[in-house]
Amino acid sequence: MSDLLRLATAGSVDDGKSTLVGRLLYDTKSVLADQLDAVHRASVDKGLSTPDLSLLVDGLRSEREQGITIDVAYRYFATPRRTFVLADTPGHVQYTRNTVTGASTAQLAILLVDARKGVVEQTRRHAAVLALLGVPRLVLAVNKIDLVDYDHGTFEVIAKEFATHAGNLGYAADAVLAVPVSALVGDNVVEHSERTPWYTGPTLLEHLETVPAQEDPHAAPFRFPVQYVIRPRTPEHPDYRGYAGQIAAGTVRPGDEVVVLPSGARTRVTRVDTPDGELTEAAAGASVTLLLADDLDISRGDLIAAGIDRPEVTDEIDATLAWLADKPLRAGARVLVKHGARTVQAIVGELRTRFDEQQLSTVDGPESLELNEIGQVTLRTSEPVPVDDYRTHGRTGAFLVIDPADGTTLAAGLVGAPLPVLERD
Amino acid sequence: MTATIDAPVRTAPRLDSLGRLESEAIHIMREVAGEFDRPVILFSGGKDSTLLLHLAVKAFWPAPVPFPLLHVDTGHNFAEVIDFRDRMVERYGLRLVVANVQDWIDDGRLTERPDGTRNPLQTVPLLDTITEHRFDAVFGGGRRDEERARAKERIFSLRNAFGQWEPRRQRPELWNLYNGRHRPGEHVRVFPLSNWTELDVWRYIARENIELPSIYYAHERDVYSRDGMWLTEGPWGGPRDGETVLRKTVRYRTVGDGSCTGAVESEASTLDEVIAEVGASRLTERGATRADDRLSEAAMEDRKREGYF
Ligand SMILES: Nc1nc2c(ncn2[C@@H]2O[C@H](COP(=O)(O)OP(=O)(O)O)[C@@H](O)[C@H]2O)c(=O)[nH]1
Repeated sequence: MSDLLRLATAGSVDDGKSTLVGRLLYDTKSVLADQLDAVHRASVDKGLSTPDLSLLVDGLRSEREQGITIDVAYRYFATPRRTFVLADTPGHVQYTRNTVTGASTAQLAILLVDARKGVVEQTRRHAAVLALLGVPRLVLAVNKIDLVDYDHGTFEVIAKEFATHAGNLGYAADAVLAVPVSALVGDNVVEHSERTPWYTGPTLLEHLETVPAQEDPHAAPFRFPVQYVIRPRTPEHPDYRGYAGQIAAGTVRPGDEVVVLPSGARTRVTRVDTPDGELTEAAAGASVTLLLADDLDISRGDLIAAGIDRPEVTDEIDATLAWLADKPLRAGARVLVKHGARTVQAIVGELRTRFDEQQLSTVDGPESLELNEIGQVTLRTSEPVPVDDYRTHGRTGAFLVIDPADGTTLAAGLVGAPLPVLERD
Repeated sequence: MTATIDAPVRTAPRLDSLGRLESEAIHIMREVAGEFDRPVILFSGGKDSTLLLHLAVKAFWPAPVPFPLLHVDTGHNFAEVIDFRDRMVERYGLRLVVANVQDWIDDGRLTERPDGTRNPLQTVPLLDTITEHRFDAVFGGGRRDEERARAKERIFSLRNAFGQWEPRRQRPELWNLYNGRHRPGEHVRVFPLSNWTELDVWRYIARENIELPSIYYAHERDVYSRDGMWLTEGPWGGPRDGETVLRKTVRYRTVGDGSCTGAVESEASTLDEVIAEVGASRLTERGATRADDRLSEAAMEDRKREGYF
């Protein structure tokens, strides 16, 4: 059975992202006849001589009218080796908001630049957001290479500049690849191009098919947010009491010693249950039901964790926020924090720093955090919450900040300081 | 990268791509059960809603599914599908709420369209029923691979008091943390199958041995051609002058209002044959068989905005 790679794309408007994604779908034969017909018809209507592949992916009517992409769109394509889920994130005003949405679960991100312009402000910003989220691998697609006459030197300059920036963000050299492509013509997207003999690396698709997919964190200590308590109280199952959830990290086996947080009660797993039968072991990513040795008071929102190496239980969270709302964040704001399956009230204490994604530096004591800005804050919660550092436990180190008044999602929250530059000594 | 964890300590079974999709859908259903007061599953008896029901049964096993089902019945359904719907309700001991479009036509809240198609008429009965029962989360079987407007839909999709989708006001959806907060009168549409493709659905149906209405498999049927589709006679009407009836071996790729759901010519009478056919198919499910989506380029988006999906 094929495995799955989640990827995200990011780039500035007009770098050719829609065309590149359209080309990937087209060249992997993921476009069906009626969709292609529709694109051919629309291209003719627009007076174009070749089909505009970007029309394959521009979905909403207002986008087609304006010719820009306004929201994250998901695409599915497969080759015999892999199944791909691609989050296509647009690159204009709402950039951080969309990049965060598209990339929060990505195992790899493709960043586009226009070969004529090279690395621009937007590229550095996107890369910083991707690094913050811990996207394990980056590909820099140096697009429109046809418009710089397939010039090796131009490509090298761009690739080198980007490698330096990515390195400063904490990426190892082998986690970043630059590929010269032309989305329009197809060079190095699926097939190697004869016009770039100087490029000896893989084509974009070859890389996507073969790059190691970072798996769920099986090796990390066990984490299991309880979503729902299953108590049938039926004649066949009068006393069944199971805790349902999706394993956030690590593995679990019957007999494992665990701790229930925030209470701190200790117990043992007696059964790892599924409708298809009991399991001898289950790992991160699996939805299962745990049965425990002791009759404890456990409800939705509790976290079952490994007996040793457990998360910190705290009512003061030091976190990094990516602010996604139009209305700015100021110290003293009252918000809701959704962490795992638990939602608690919180007050934003001091705004400690704002991150400058261009200079990769921080500004101390900002007045506010505005839309698309990243900053470090302290949150005081109404009750203790078991949290992990985002870098070691992505799932239990992440949270949403929600507006209690209208339910809007205000920010992506990451426990700790997930970038080298944010670390305090 | 700093987040990389390299040394695996134990080797546990890895989930394949279907296993991941199943786990994700179950996670979503449990979130809804935990956060909403009155969820409901839209259930038409079609393959996507049957899959939803199957996943709901697994998500809460060994307890019963904690949601009722809702069917907006156009009165133009295939008899095999209604029969199947009723058997599923019986098998799992569920409560079924039926909103009959005919009732809305009879009391004048809706008017029959000149072309007799009732799919576009489902919106009002759906929204009225959601309001009447105060449903706050409504599960649908929509998938992002179906259509370009759907590709941008969130898994939790907030609808305003008029049931409308406002694409520009969608919430960012981060990690696997879903924000289901809504104001009184608003509700959330939930799409646990968002990341499945048509082929995934069929492969999973085969893997889990899920029963479907018989019309999904090849059978002989009297059909006539209209707008490039094979339609069949039923409560919704029959051939017009000049439309000749032929006997053909066909199957359905989607089931909906009989007046605008076409059959495809097919010899695929078993699951394996259907999977082979879907894998090789060069037409999207909707493009092949649903006249209502072909009305205009933006047809689906308009219907979503109106609150149909
Ligand atoms: N010459 C050339 N033009 C390209 C290439 N890729 C995209 N374009 C053109 O650049 C413009 C913007 O592309 P589009 O895909 O809509 O950009 P997006 O805004 O990033 O989605 C369109 O006119 C494309 O045809 C390329 O590789 N070479």
